[in-house]
Amino acid sequence: MKIIVSVKQVPSRDSALKVNAAGKWLDESDLSFEMNEPDAYALEEALQLKEKLGGEVVVLSAGPERVTQTIREALAKGADRAIHVEREDDGGQDALATAHILAKALEGEAPDLILTGLQSDDLGYGQTGVVLAELLGFAHATIVMEVEPLGTTVRVKRELEDGWFQNVVLSLPAVLTIQSGIKKLRYATLMGIKKAKTKEVKTIPAESTKSAAHIDKVYLPQRSKQSQVLTGDPKDVAKQLVEKLKFEARVL
Amino acid sequence: MSVLVVLEQNAGKWNRMSFEALAAAKTIADALNVPLNAAVVGSSIEALAKEAAAYPVAKVFAVQHDLLARYTPDGYTSALEQLIKASTTEAVVFPHTYQVRDYAPKLATRFGQAFVSDVVDIKSEARKVLFVRQLFQGKLNALVEATGEPQFVSVQAGAFRSAEASSSGASVEAFAPQLDPGKIRSKPEDPFREAQRSVDLSAAELIVSVGRGIKEKDNLHVVEELAQVLGAELAASRPICDNGWLPMERQVGSSGQTVSPKVYFAIGISGAIQHLVGMKGSKMVVAINKDENAPIFETADYGIVGDLFEVVPALVEAIKKAKA
Repeated sequence: MKIIVSVKQVPSRDSALKVNAAGKWLDESDLSFEMNEPDAYALEEALQLKEKLGGEVVVLSAGPERVTQTIREALAKGADRAIHVEREDDGGQDALATAHILAKALEGEAPDLILTGLQSDDLGYGQTGVVLAELLGFAHATIVMEVEPLGTTVRVKRELEDGWFQNVVLSLPAVLTIQSGIKKLRYATLMGIKKAKTKEVKTIPAESTKSAAHIDKVYLPQRSKQSQVLTGDPKDVAKQLVEKLKFEARVL
Repeated sequence: MSVLVVLEQNAGKWNRMSFEALAAAKTIADALNVPLNAAVVGSSIEALAKEAAAYPVAKVFAVQHDLLARYTPDGYTSALEQLIKASTTEAVVFPHTYQVRDYAPKLATRFGQAFVSDVVDIKSEARKVLFVRQLFQGKLNALVEATGEPQFVSVQAGAFRSAEASSSGASVEAFAPQLDPGKIRSKPEDPFREAQRSVDLSAAELIVSVGRGIKEKDNLHVVEELAQVLGAELAASRPICDNGWLPMERQVGSSGQTVSPKVYFAIGISGAIQHLVGMKGSKMVVAINKDENAPIFETADYGIVGDLFEVVPALVEAIKKAKA
């Protein structure tokens, strides 16, 4: 089974986010980056499928040179090779433009499955996998919790709302967006890190695409509800809060 | 020209977010000065289409086909593609449901258009409409402009007040799409629920809820003590349950339970929208988080910016004293 895993590099979860001078994206100078967490779960699913069924796991990622760090991490965890679509970005591209670039990079690959996370932690469009499926003419399923390949089809367990689930059988090839947190993520071993250095990373330039949506402005949200911030040392704030619980909420 | 809102039903029941999307679509239609139409998609949906006609819309399309009895992305995409092409539509608006996330990006791609998903606000000026979306799980906002037509937009839960039925009596128009069973590539089985919930958080008066900020399972005792001294139920955001630190049945949010206690303590919870939709009905929200920009402070009545490992034990002591 040949599996492509599409991963994105995003600012680390605990980053202090500063808007750039143009006001259209982040000031990246002090940022550190990491693999988008939902994509890490897609990679884990792909690696486990390969361990069960054999085949190949190919990592696909678009972005500037720094993205190679995330690609190396995926290779160290066990992916076989990688495709890096090099593009300078300001981070604010719409999912359609990104999916176009990824689809172009996959010409000649003919995978059985493409896995990706259900959304990115930065833009949060949650669309790239679905748009990629449409551009490639593949079937797709989103928010997938379990993957069971059945020859020419794949059976997946999808999460619906309010604690409901549904099994769906899809024809292959297919794109699946994987729900986070289902399987335990592996760490790269020392041996894996060593091996990653010898694995193939194909670098290709990004097609130029026109964005159909663009960000005019990025800004800190204004608080719509006036929340009262209690200040002081822990003892002080605890005392203030107890007052509120006692006399306002009347629960003590 | 017109704006179209796609209402969502499952097995004959409305997804209530549909009417929030309808309200958002109405603001777009008014800004563009064009009529608003609604679509209901399914197999036997005449009754629902009639209900929809009581809302402030010009026309309701009952998009019906046997192959739409059960949702598939191929079936829904093809049916709505045909409906949109049959009229001149400037904007198509959806509720941001799990189902919409599954097919709306595909539908927009058919038109070579971007899908501006999960919108929390709409700004309009001189026939131009701009959308506000959240970035980084709500830490930043972005003002997004989409070019070309039709524009595709979905609306976040709770961002707009539901439209009200007014029984103005819009007309219902049947729309029969051409669907080819050979082109529907997914076979959905019956939806199911896993083991019955034994914990009903929806009735709890006090809830102490914990998130990523707790860092390790071994630290849970810190919040357990608070729950105990308050006589509160313990709950959590999704990552805590995913890690198996607390059972899934204690999860609050879009994929877990919806709660409305007298007081909700959000401890080390940043406040991603998926969590907020499950707890925003709480009468009082107390948030404790070390990040002053955490979106949870937007929803909180009382916020404490600080280290939960210092604040929570101090709170436990203060409550003990108050109860003594």
